[in-house]
Amino acid sequence: MEDPVFAEIKSKIDAAPVVLFMKGNPMFPQCGFSARVVQILKHSGVSFESVNVLEDPEIRDGIKVFSDWPTIPQLYVKGEFVGGCDIVTEMFQSGELQALLAEKGVSQDASA
Amino acid sequence: MAMPASEIEALIKAAFPDAQITIEDLAGDNDHFAATIISEAFRGMSRVRQHQLVYAALKGNMGGALHALALQTSAPE
Repeated sequence: MEDPVFAEIKSKIDAAPVVLFMKGNPMFPQCGFSARVVQILKHSGVSFESVNVLEDPEIRDGIKVFSDWPTIPQLYVKGEFVGGCDIVTEMFQSGELQALLAEKGVSQDASA
Repeated sequence: MAMPASEIEALIKAAFPDAQITIEDLAGDNDHFAATIISEAFRGMSRVRQHQLVYAALKGNMGGALHALALQTSAPE
């Protein structure tokens, strides 16, 4: 049987094309790394859902196992794990993030 | 709750003996590091997979004793 926390995480990931697991919310990020990814997504004109892991310890621990990734933030695009702050920053700077979003059919003209 | 750069380097070196490793202590507090790791082991892998291998080499310290380690990984040119 599937772990109920994993099932919940999966449903959050599937709830929107772009989902960011972060500390705090986009208006008030509570960690510099989460804040940076929010800035990049806003700058890229991407609408996204966020999950504040600080509100739910089970999600906070569960997402690390689910993604096999030890840190927050974590970015998912169309159900696929893209990376944490370092990878998202590197991909944004090289233009790969924009290319990935375009390839996945994610709109990049939302007003920030 | 801090981990010296030498210990981080030793763990990475043990997992990737061929690696060129540069570790920078960003804040001088033994707690916020940036590491650049170049190893043949990364060739052909996605960045996520490369970083997962480094996190595995750090044996669960990432997110625990190691609060912040910015990673940049690549295979040699």
